[in-house]
Amino acid sequence: MGQTRREFVKTAVAASVATGIGIPVSAGAREKVAELHKDWKWDKSVCRFCGVGCGIMMATKDGRVVSVKGDPESPVNRGLNCIKGYFNAKIMYGEDRLTKPLLRMKDGRYDKKGRFAPVSWEQAFDVMEAKFKEYYGKHGPSSVAIFGSGQYTIDEGYAAVKFMKAGVRSNNIDPNARHCMASAVAGFIQTFGIDEPPGCYDDIELTDAVVSWGANMAECHPILWSRVTDRKLTHPKTKVVNLTTFGNRTSDIADLEIIFEPQTDLAIMNFIARHMIEKGAIDKKFIDDHCVFATGPTDIGYGLPADHPREQGQKMRGKAGAHWTITFEEFKKALEPYTADYVSKLSKVPKKQLVELADLYSDRKRKIISFWTMGFNQHTRGTWVNEQIYAIHLLGGKMSTPGSGAFSLTGQPSACGTAREVGTFAHRLPSDMVVANAGHRAKSEKLWHLPPKTLNPKVGTHAVKMMRELRSGGVRFFWAQVTNPFQDFANANEWVKAAREGDNFIVVSDAYPTVSAKVADLVLPAAMIYEKWGAYGNAERRTQHWRQQVKAPGEAKADIWQTMEFSKRFKLKEVWGEQPLPGLKAAGFADGKLPDVLPEAKKMGYDPEQTLYDVLFARAEYKKYAWPDPIANGHPNDVAEDAGFFVQKALWAEYREFGLGNGHDLADFDTYHRVRGLRWPVVNGRETQWRFKEGYDPYVKPGKGYDFYGKALKKIPSGSLKGEKTDVSGRAKIFFRPYAEPAESPDKDYDLWLCTGRVLEHWHSGSMTKRVPELNRAVPYAVCWMHPDDAKKRGLARNDEVVLESRRGKVRVRVDTEGRNRPPIGLVFVPWFDENVLINKLTLDATCPISKETDYKKCAVRVRKA
Amino acid sequence: MSPPAKDVSRRGFLAALKPQNVALAVAGSTVWAYVTGESRASVPARRPPGARDESAFLASCIKCSQCVEACPYDTLQVATAGDGEAIGVPYFEPRKVPCYMCPDTPCIAACPTDALLPDTPIEEAEMGLAVLVDQENCLAYKGLRCEVCYRACPLIGRAIGLEFRPNERTGKHALFIPVVNSDACTGCGRCEHACVLEEAAIKVLSVEQARGKLGENYRFGWLEDAEISPDFEAPMAAPDLPQWRDGLERVLEQMDDLSGIEEP
Repeated sequence: MGQTRREFVKTAVAASVATGIGIPVSAGAREKVAELHKDWKWDKSVCRFCGVGCGIMMATKDGRVVSVKGDPESPVNRGLNCIKGYFNAKIMYGEDRLTKPLLRMKDGRYDKKGRFAPVSWEQAFDVMEAKFKEYYGKHGPSSVAIFGSGQYTIDEGYAAVKFMKAGVRSNNIDPNARHCMASAVAGFIQTFGIDEPPGCYDDIELTDAVVSWGANMAECHPILWSRVTDRKLTHPKTKVVNLTTFGNRTSDIADLEIIFEPQTDLAIMNFIARHMIEKGAIDKKFIDDHCVFATGPTDIGYGLPADHPREQGQKMRGKAGAHWTITFEEFKKALEPYTADYVSKLSKVPKKQLVELADLYSDRKRKIISFWTMGFNQHTRGTWVNEQIYAIHLLGGKMSTPGSGAFSLTGQPSACGTAREVGTFAHRLPSDMVVANAGHRAKSEKLWHLPPKTLNPKVGTHAVKMMRELRSGGVRFFWAQVTNPFQDFANANEWVKAAREGDNFIVVSDAYPTVSAKVADLVLPAAMIYEKWGAYGNAERRTQHWRQQVKAPGEAKADIWQTMEFSKRFKLKEVWGEQPLPGLKAAGFADGKLPDVLPEAKKMGYDPEQTLYDVLFARAEYKKYAWPDPIANGHPNDVAEDAGFFVQKALWAEYREFGLGNGHDLADFDTYHRVRGLRWPVVNGRETQWRFKEGYDPYVKPGKGYDFYGKALKKIPSGSLKGEKTDVSGRAKIFFRPYAEPAESPDKDYDLWLCTGRVLEHWHSGSMTKRVPELNRAVPYAVCWMHPDDAKKRGLARNDEVVLESRRGKVRVRVDTEGRNRPPIGLVFVPWFDENVLINKLTLDATCPISKETDYKKCAVRVRKA
Repeated sequence: MSPPAKDVSRRGFLAALKPQNVALAVAGSTVWAYVTGESRASVPARRPPGARDESAFLASCIKCSQCVEACPYDTLQVATAGDGEAIGVPYFEPRKVPCYMCPDTPCIAACPTDALLPDTPIEEAEMGLAVLVDQENCLAYKGLRCEVCYRACPLIGRAIGLEFRPNERTGKHALFIPVVNSDACTGCGRCEHACVLEEAAIKVLSVEQARGKLGENYRFGWLEDAEISPDFEAPMAAPDLPQWRDGLERVLEQMDDLSGIEEP
């Protein structure tokens, strides 16, 4: 090009500086920049990582991503990114990218004890089909499972749900989001009757106080934290509080850092509610008009197997989610024991700090937001603690109001968009519907063109149960898509053993040789985010679409292609006939089996010889969505090229039908390619910033002020579980939930708490960020943060290699007694991104009994010098 | 609400930043020009922990390599021909391997002379001083949430802190600017090693290279007099009379020179 690097840099800087501050650029410089970039193609996209949902712009040239920038038009990040987002262009180019299917082989045939060898897609699907049908034929739909993801694009999550639930009639599909925000979902459904946050990120620029509960936002939601920091800097009244079990970077700008004993957040929240009532700081009118008080059983267990000592005497473990209305007086009385003295002693938080915090919530003139993530959700009482924070906000009338609200953050880019809205859970259907509800099944059967009673009414195996059933032999075909379960699941040793030694078949679709790929029997090479079309939904209900930018390397294929190709292997007669379903008991169904729906299917015009692909994906009305399409603007679409029609657009149109008029309205496909995302419900082309509030939410009728119109769980018993049913439609529930002991606490043998989490530089299991050389250099390995006194007591010094062990497993790791995290005495923190420090070998698979989400924040460990 | 202890220490950190360090950050681009000269060897040497000041260190180091042998991380290297160093002396390049600040400092323990001062606590080592030399390319200055150097700092909050400023371009985000505190920085180089840029924007320089020096002619009115250094000698102290007289004569001579005023 005849230009030195130095000249290039100078020109580029001149141009960018000038455009930034409005200095006219010389025509010469502008031409030079244009010349350099002339074959770069920029297109809008979304960051691959966390739930914040920053917009990016991506440049491609000659089929490769050459550059990324923060999208200056994105309302979320206005051109900024965190350091992971900065490296979006590099995540696809790790040296060890998987480009061919790999199958365990011995003597030229599949063998569970064999070594991985490359095979063709045809061979891969042949073996996969044979194994699937072997188990399905013997044990029925409950023996097969897909473990999905909050990183699924919306269309591939939708295709997977449709394949499993409508196709092979199994509800055994559950996402890694179960480990991430299932407690938030249960909290939403029980409190509001509808999922996802009422507010939005704009609350930050309007608030007077931000309280972060068990969410190290400074590292885990970097760009949102940048907005909180700006609010603190530019609005002097702003107060910031960091509630956590260990000191971290979120305290940097905090006015108040509260380090509490693990699990005692339950008690702290009750102290706040008690304090608010005592100070007369509750909004009586708001409560009378829009709320109802409720509670539920307490002996609900810890989500551990029934024979576990912790589960003995827990009579309500099967009905953990049941609840009933109570009176305000009963609510007040239940809070009575949670005095400052009692809670301070339990939580080890000075009384002064507790009162300071409670005063903040009691200040009637102060707008306030509470944010939380895994500290609440990954909790054996995760649902309760979510409900408690809503209780505090509802008591103060500080919910669904600009600048005020309790806001559940997400950790994955499409935990909301795909896992929740599409419903890739064992109990869900799209748009907040559930398989156990006959009306919901009927609506889904209609939209999916299925014969009545095709859908299975029995809730499938949730994530943790999926692994336990892999161990017991209940689940035998296991397919992981867009996730790394054998690194992610607590008590990992058990599941690796179950996968490797059981009579089962493990398929892992992934881009890199992750821990899970190594544990698998068959590895399918997956296309990564910018190698396919897709859409994500972020934590503020913002749906964002992108186009395929580049082709996947080698034979790697999009997950939706894999699901659809596999569906070609099934004829209707193989899956829609009568199927055994042990344990099924549901109105309209014979016990223990799914009915033969083939006769009905024939009446609808289906031929039993047709494949699931024909019926679920290649429908005549789908094929009307032609490819190519002008909205592609010259971008490739390998999935559509293969299918011969615009698959993603067709699926979007069908999926959209579920939410229209149902509080989940989405815009049409093309619109999303013209805007920087829209927050649902999108009604008459307008997005919604604050749900449930008149003037903002189109579903709230004039004169109502607020309407908590979510439909789920609104007919509940009053006074007690056996009380008469009452209708609480339109109201939000203010729950009383007591303190409950943790599932496992430090003792003389295992004397430390272990808390796990993230660092800013790496994301989830590190399968992408560890392959970006710069991020890997920045944080090359996980360390065990420990209080200096705890180290000293054990004869340990910074950098020492130690063995950290629990009752379930051990890892070798280096100790750090300083640095970014500052655990109190008695607690260690280890991030989970590092596959060489598989910390989930140590964690306990106890869950919230309502949400079934694992508590990754609390178990007992000990440490010794390696 | 009174500020909690945590906050006090943070404010204490920012308050403790000496003005010369702020000046260093501002003058970054000048240092950058120096550092990125043609020859990499012009980057000044980072010495092992406990090294005495450069001339004393060079005088007492017997080039035995014992410290290099003792280093468990292969941080320390022996200078060879072409490194731009005196051959045989120990040094390290943080971008390759930084110092991991072993609490028991095996390098110092191994030193048979006092080139590395015995019993120097690692947190008091002055191997060099980190300087955010290139603000123009530093991602934090653009508002990106990077600050990898800050979080990589083993003395986070003490040696590198953050200064928060509103991002006026976006109007709703903040800048998280890393700021080095020379009192606490040991020059270990974890920051330079971790910087995600192709060429690190933060670099460890030798203390001599990195530090500026304030003139003694001016005091910051908002700081206490304690800022006066112990070896302060007042340059503007009242001169004795002969000096004044001589000076006055020179002034008077100048007054007589009207060459610039008179018409030529």
